[in-house]
Amino acid sequence: MAEVAEQTKKAAKGSVVISAERCKGCGFCVEFCPPEVLELASEYNSKGYHTPILVKRDQCTGCDICGMVCPDFAIYGYIMKKKTKEA
Amino acid sequence: MPEELYEIEANIPANPIEEYLRMDRMPHIWCPGCGIGTTVNCFVRALQTSGLDLDKVAMVSGIGCTGRVAGYMNLDSFHTTHGRAIPFATGLKLANPELKVVVYSGDGDLTAIGGNHFIHAARRNMDITVILINNMIYGMTGGQVAPTTPVGATASTTPHGNFEETFNLPFLAESCGAVYVARWTAHHVRHLTKSIKEALAKKGFSFIEILAPCPTLYSRRNKLGDGLDQMEFYRDHSQIKNGADTKTVALEFQGDIVVGKFVDKERPTYLQAMNQHYQKKFGDRYVPSEEMRKVFHA
Repeated sequence: MAEVAEQTKKAAKGSVVISAERCKGCGFCVEFCPPEVLELASEYNSKGYHTPILVKRDQCTGCDICGMVCPDFAIYGYIMKKKTKEA
Repeated sequence: MPEELYEIEANIPANPIEEYLRMDRMPHIWCPGCGIGTTVNCFVRALQTSGLDLDKVAMVSGIGCTGRVAGYMNLDSFHTTHGRAIPFATGLKLANPELKVVVYSGDGDLTAIGGNHFIHAARRNMDITVILINNMIYGMTGGQVAPTTPVGATASTTPHGNFEETFNLPFLAESCGAVYVARWTAHHVRHLTKSIKEALAKKGFSFIEILAPCPTLYSRRNKLGDGLDQMEFYRDHSQIKNGADTKTVALEFQGDIVVGKFVDKERPTYLQAMNQHYQKKFGDRYVPSEEMRKVFHA
C-alpha cells in the first residue's frame, strides 16, 4: 500500500511515505511543502485523483509539514537516520 | 557514492497517526480539500507529545462533518445527539474527574444548536477542552446559513447573501468565562498543534476555534475556489496577534483573519469551586467525588 520514495544519490535529510490510495488529490502537501519537493503526478490512483510524488528527493528535510497538513492521512515525512559506516 | 549511507527500509517509521485512528473506517467521509482532516492530524500530534494516558482521554462529538471525528479516533469516544456534546462531556467529567475530556465538534453544533450549553460550560469553567471547527456553514445538511456565516456570504438558505450579524466566537467564549481562548486556521499546523497541547494541559474550559475550508458548500457557493484556494487565503490574510482583545477579532467575509492565543488565565474550575464550597460548609462530612471513587474502586 505505502509507496516508499526511492533512495537518493545525494544525502537527503528526510523522505516522505505516500499512501496513494488514500489520497484525494487536494494538493495541500504540494502547496505547503517548505522546500517544495512534491508535485502532483500525472497518473491517477484508482479513484481518479492525481496523487503527490516526491520529485526533488535530495531536498526533502523530513519536516512532516506534509503529514500535518494532509486531510486524508495519506502522506507523512520522516527524518532519515544515519547508518553506521560499513566496512 | 557519498560516504554516509542511509538505511532504506528498516528505519522507515510507520505513519504516526495510524495508531490513533480507527483505520478500518478509512477512507473518511470528508470531501477533497476539506480542512477537518488537517485539524485531526494536528490534534493527534498534540496528543502524542502531551504525554497523556490515552486510556484517560475521552472524546465527545456532536452531529455534523466535524462530529465524525469522535468516530474516527481510536479513543474512548461518543457521538452525541445534535448540539449535546458539551452536556455529555460535562457529565463524563463530573462522574469521572480523572478523565481528560475533549469536545471536538463544528460551529453549527456547538454554537447554534448547542449554544446554550457552550456558554454555561464556559461560565462554570467546566474542566473540558473544546475544539471547534468553524467552516462558516452547516456543511453536512447542505450549506444552510449558520450563526458563524459572515455577513454578505451566500448560503443555500440565503441565496442573496447573509444579513445576520455573525458570532465572534473568541469574544463569546471569553465573555462567558473561558480560561483559554485561541483561534487558528487549518493552515497554521504548527501553531495549532502547540495550542492544542497547551489547551489539553490547561485546567478549566479551554476553547480553540479553527477555521477550516468547506470547498463543497461554502467556497463553491461563494465562488472562492477549492480547498487549496481557501488555505492560500488563510496563509495570505492571517495576522498572528497573541493576546489581542477578543472584541476586535470578529470575522468578516473574506476579510483579514486575526489568529493567535487571546486568553490564558486562571480561575477555579467547577469541581474545585464545588469541593471548596462544600468543604467550607460541611467540613469533614463532605467527601469529594475523587475520594469517593477511590473508595469504590479500591
